[in-house]
Amino acid sequence: MNIWIGTIQLGVKSLWLHPMRSVLTVLGIFIGVASVIWLLAISKGIGDEAQRQIESLGADTIMIRTVKPPSEKMSAQGLTPYGLTRKEFDILVATVPTIRSALPIREMRRQFQFKDRKLDGRLVGCTPEYAEVTRLDLQSGHFITDSENFSGDTHCVIAAKVAERLFPYEDPIGQRIYMPENQGFYLVVGVLKPKGSTAAIGGSMAAQDFSNDVYIPIKTLQQRIGDTVMSFRSGSREGEIIELNQITLRVAEVSDVKRTAELVQDTLSSHDKMEDIAVVVPLELLEQARTTRAMFMLFMGMIAAISLLVGGIGIMNIMLATVTERTREIGIRRALGAKRRDIIRQFLVETSVLSLAGGITGILFGLLCGPAVNGARILANMWFEKQMAELPEVVRTVQPSIVPESIPGAFFISLIVGLVFGIYPATRAAKMNPIEALRHE
Amino acid sequence: MIAPSIETSGYACRVADMKKEYVLKSETVRALRGVTFDVPEGDYVAIMGPSGSGKSTLLNMLGCLDQPTSGSLWLGGDDVARMNDDQLADIRSQRIGFVFQAYNLIQQLTVVENIQVPLFYQGRSLTREQKTRSVELAKMVGLGQRLDHRPTQLSGGQQQRVAIARSLVNDPFFILADEPTGNLDSRTTEEILTLFEKLNNEGRTIILVTHEDEVSKRAKRVVRLKDGRLQWDRANSQEVRDAAAKYAIDNMPVEE
Ligand SMILES: Nc1ncnc2c1ncn2[C@@H]1O[C@H](COP(=O)(O)OP(=O)(O)OP(=O)(O)O)[C@@H](O)[C@H]1O
Ligand SMILES: [Mg+2]
Repeated sequence: MNIWIGTIQLGVKSLWLHPMRSVLTVLGIFIGVASVIWLLAISKGIGDEAQRQIESLGADTIMIRTVKPPSEKMSAQGLTPYGLTRKEFDILVATVPTIRSALPIREMRRQFQFKDRKLDGRLVGCTPEYAEVTRLDLQSGHFITDSENFSGDTHCVIAAKVAERLFPYEDPIGQRIYMPENQGFYLVVGVLKPKGSTAAIGGSMAAQDFSNDVYIPIKTLQQRIGDTVMSFRSGSREGEIIELNQITLRVAEVSDVKRTAELVQDTLSSHDKMEDIAVVVPLELLEQARTTRAMFMLFMGMIAAISLLVGGIGIMNIMLATVTERTREIGIRRALGAKRRDIIRQFLVETSVLSLAGGITGILFGLLCGPAVNGARILANMWFEKQMAELPEVVRTVQPSIVPESIPGAFFISLIVGLVFGIYPATRAAKMNPIEALRHE
Repeated sequence: MIAPSIETSGYACRVADMKKEYVLKSETVRALRGVTFDVPEGDYVAIMGPSGSGKSTLLNMLGCLDQPTSGSLWLGGDDVARMNDDQLADIRSQRIGFVFQAYNLIQQLTVVENIQVPLFYQGRSLTREQKTRSVELAKMVGLGQRLDHRPTQLSGGQQQRVAIARSLVNDPFFILADEPTGNLDSRTTEEILTLFEKLNNEGRTIILVTHEDEVSKRAKRVVRLKDGRLQWDRANSQEVRDAAAKYAIDNMPVEE
């Protein structure tokens, strides 16, 4: 044990003879270790964000969405009805046993007005369960109730941004929103808290943004607006005949999700020809996202491993030079009683000290990853506001999340790098003939 | 270990028909061609001879830095000619004191630490006595004020005195010195020789290699090698030694 302490002291002293050289060698490992931690943390951060978005869709849900069929499948004359129907909704509820609850959803672009303030947004016809399944939180008031839906009340619940834009000064609850396209007033009964966007699903739409939504009972929508919707967009008349835009199913057990999805697909096989629906299973997306994340982290890990390798070669390079330079010292030590293994130990300790110094400082710097990325983002926002706004959202918002295993991992890897890349120089030193080593100039 | 077939008590070492050959690609160099001699405890031997006669080779064998091609070398009860690398290293750290022409101190260590190196390789942690002993040795060679200095801060003579202190730290069977004064001026040479004389008077066995008659005359005995063989081996009378010491002091350059 004591010979180890002595050897470590000696190693530090020897390295201290050339401080600059030692620091540069340490830097190689430092960069390697820090980049292992950083790259893993950043890729985990990105992966976590994707996963969080998907999870917010709900792992126990299946979404069936109406999508616009390819134009050659629509008749040229007049409007062709397409998509999910209320009848299919009833069939699904009645025949698929694993369903816990089912939500019918109808949505459309509408303009909302209050006094002289206008806002283009999305009108969503839904049932009371909608709030729970899509995890909407109320700021004030209440969400649509069963009785409101049942009696087809012209009540609505508005999203946070709608409240902010239409009612900047007044309390929205109790006010009436006007929808010019179907000339109706809707009484605001609830206001939602702001909510982040969820993952894009199944090509049917971009990442779902809930900020401009107005929710009304689906029965009201059906009675007041109906299935045929005409709208005037950029000068031309457009129309669609759709009964339901989406059915969201909640499955009792997550383990039943895939089976249920297959059953649903079979039940709705009549749509196969029209290609007017898409079944989205967040669980599958989640699994995909996990694999993608794992691959991404592996890739980043490999890049970091390469930089560690380069650091290790740096150590070996320096140690080979050191061994030649210290040939005389090796000879002296051998003459004074050092065995071959004492010399090996001495040089291995030196490489380990170098690589551990790099490893430990690298870990400390790696732990600063989170604050450093945030700081860099603040600076970048200050100096390159325009360019930053153009970057994808993940880049702008990524929160690095340090992978706990990467800390001990980095420590041991740096130790191993020191030992592995130290072995060759050390054995070379030990193999030297003491007499020749003593003669070395 | 095989029991020695010869009497070893009373001897620092005994050399019997020692040969050393270096096999090179084109030829075989016969550096020692059969050397036999004994060094009784307390002896002071100067090895002389022309360049290439095998002095350093012989000293390296005595110091267990290399193994003879044939022959025997008894140190205490053991024939070290048959030992392996690790055993030789143990012998070096326990029974032998080395002094080199080029001092050979370790740059990154202080005076005391340099003195302690042979103990470090004995594998046990230093005892309190060993620590005090190394400080005392430093004082004995006149470097008590410079315990924490590094070799680069010392003169050649001072470095050589540290080396001598180092050679004594393991209480060796004998001190081996290969041209210890080869790099020193006459004043410092005298310092070192006085130190050796003092040690020898205290009972230390000293074997040194030298080219200088002035140095060899100070030893008790002179061994001359030629072409790897012992040419002659004779004792210096006390008169010769005293005269050499007086001559050295009388001819000391005046200090400026
Ligand atoms: N490692 C070696 N390989 C080959 N030949 C060697 C080796 N070491 C010594 N020799 C040869 O052995 C002979 C004796 O060398 P040695 O160094 O013992 O001489 P020396 O008496 O110490 O000479 P000097 O007074 O110049 O130091 C020389 O001919 C030398 O060339
Ligand atoms: Mg020589």
